[in-house]
Amino acid sequence: MRKPGRALRRPQQGRIVGGVAGALSARTGIGPNIFRTAFVCSSLAGGFGAAVYVLAWLFIPAAGEDGNIASRALADRRGIALAAGAASLLTVVLMIAALLHVGWLGSLSWPPVVALAGIVLIWRNASREEQRLLRQVAEPILGLSPGGRRSAFWLRVILAGVLLISGAAVVFHERITARVAWPLTGVALLLIAVLLLLGPWWLRIVRDQFAERQARIRAEERAEMASRLHDSVLQTLALIQRRADDPHQVVSLARAQERELRSWLFDGKAPGSLDGRAITVADGIRLIQQEIEAQHGIVVEAISVGECPLDDDLGALLAAAREATVNAAKWSGASDVSLFAEVEPTAVSVYVRDRGRGFDPAAVPADRKGLAESIRARMERRGGSATIRSTLGEGTEVVLTMPRTAGQREPSPAT
Amino acid sequence: MSGAPAKSGTTGKPTVFIVDDHGLFRSGVRSELGDHVDVIGEAEDVQPAITAIAAKEPDVVLLDVHLPGGGGQDVVSAITRTHPAVRFLALSASDAPEDVIAVIRSGARGYVTKTISGAELIDAIRRVAAGDAVFSPRLAGFVLDAFASQPEQQLRPAFDSELDQLTPRERDVLRLIARGYTYKEIGRELFISAKTVESHVSSVLRKLQLSTRHQLTRWAAERRLT
Repeated sequence: MRKPGRALRRPQQGRIVGGVAGALSARTGIGPNIFRTAFVCSSLAGGFGAAVYVLAWLFIPAAGEDGNIASRALADRRGIALAAGAASLLTVVLMIAALLHVGWLGSLSWPPVVALAGIVLIWRNASREEQRLLRQVAEPILGLSPGGRRSAFWLRVILAGVLLISGAAVVFHERITARVAWPLTGVALLLIAVLLLLGPWWLRIVRDQFAERQARIRAEERAEMASRLHDSVLQTLALIQRRADDPHQVVSLARAQERELRSWLFDGKAPGSLDGRAITVADGIRLIQQEIEAQHGIVVEAISVGECPLDDDLGALLAAAREATVNAAKWSGASDVSLFAEVEPTAVSVYVRDRGRGFDPAAVPADRKGLAESIRARMERRGGSATIRSTLGEGTEVVLTMPRTAGQREPSPAT
Repeated sequence: MSGAPAKSGTTGKPTVFIVDDHGLFRSGVRSELGDHVDVIGEAEDVQPAITAIAAKEPDVVLLDVHLPGGGGQDVVSAITRTHPAVRFLALSASDAPEDVIAVIRSGARGYVTKTISGAELIDAIRRVAAGDAVFSPRLAGFVLDAFASQPEQQLRPAFDSELDQLTPRERDVLRLIARGYTYKEIGRELFISAKTVESHVSSVLRKLQLSTRHQLTRWAAERRLT
């Protein structure tokens, strides 16, 4: 196996799959297309090229990264189990194919097994960008993305149809005689034996995958809940502390919070959210303006351009915008806050700006959940982004952007 | 910036006329303006305002959009026909976009909301007196909305006059105004001078007033319904 040299790095740009050809070309000075052709040819003839390619992908670090994928994969025990499971499954299939002497398939040996196991490891341990790239290649084939499900279905139907017809053709052409039937029975027995031996292990791997996914979903839900609680309960408690000398205010704040919490716990309406109260972005912006002006006694200059209906992603955007506005009202010391929302064909952006005292975003203590959790993480969980620009003495601006999904991109009536 | 107003030449302070149907508001504005400007008169309805402004010829008229005897745009169009040197700054609590656009299209050089601070109002009056345009964040938002880019129109630029669409730069400037930036801050953000920002804003005002864009009327009509 090729030893990764110091300068051997898989480039991020100009790659087609893993960037291996690009890395080799940068090292040797030979054009990447030569390597690509070589890899494809040797893959078709025996699968050797595919195995070498995958191993190179594992062992050559990506440009800008310290370690290669293989070193990370060593720590991923589930991934290794999954890779071994997939490899053993493929080995069994290949063994059967070899027994039946099914043309070219029977001549294959270790390279596809190595390639498959390697791809599983890459899949689980590659950097985020590489995983995204892999997903783009794989999703339409496996039918994982909601959009690709239909075409994936047809792909599978066509594949199954081709296999069925060729299988039937072979069977009827050869005629089932005792000479053919006996090995077939043998193969069936072998299959059952392998299933008995390895079946439970494969099942467990699949179950583990499922459990891991469940755990991840639970963690995300917990984070979502924490940011909701922060926005509602913790904010109200902070307000109560500030207005401790005004019992009426305290009572009304506490009552409002109680109502909100109850409606969340028992009716499923999340606090701090605009569920059901706003149906469009401009509605939501107006609501934020009214609520914060009422609660914090500060002027919110709210302006929205364009309009579109709210969905979950845009709801999260508005919740983050609300939080940013609350922060400005509480900490900036400014008497007014600018809140500007713009709906564009591909994204919705919200800008929250104050001319207050400003702060150093890097110096915010880690236990202050507002910025990290309620704004940044909330946006990132849904594919959006949050940028905070603040200058001491000049003020702060929070820029929130959420891409619009394809389903909601119908033209709004105003434009 | 077409020639300094003649009458303010002696004192250096622009002369101001206030048109608003609320006496309390008029006196409030008067006291806020203090002696930074010369308030030379006030009126509370369309007809009296037209006669008084024609007689006194102030540099700047602070104009409420809603008046009992009609809209502020009636005052603007009557005066600009006979006294083109008088400039109008719309000052209103009204957020109704169609009212604001109507006043601007009849010839006002700017629009600010009544929540504006005294210092900002004085600054806006000086700007208008000097011939510049004054866009509040709200007006910038309205204009961005009204001139929302239309992909199907961009496909056939021959039919779309230059007056009917904003340049990307003008859009950037308006966006920053809507985000609450001052002209100076906008200049710093876009690496241009405050003067250039002003000329972008003036050109947007010109488009707003001269555009025959069908879109603009349709937009205002739709906004009225909601």
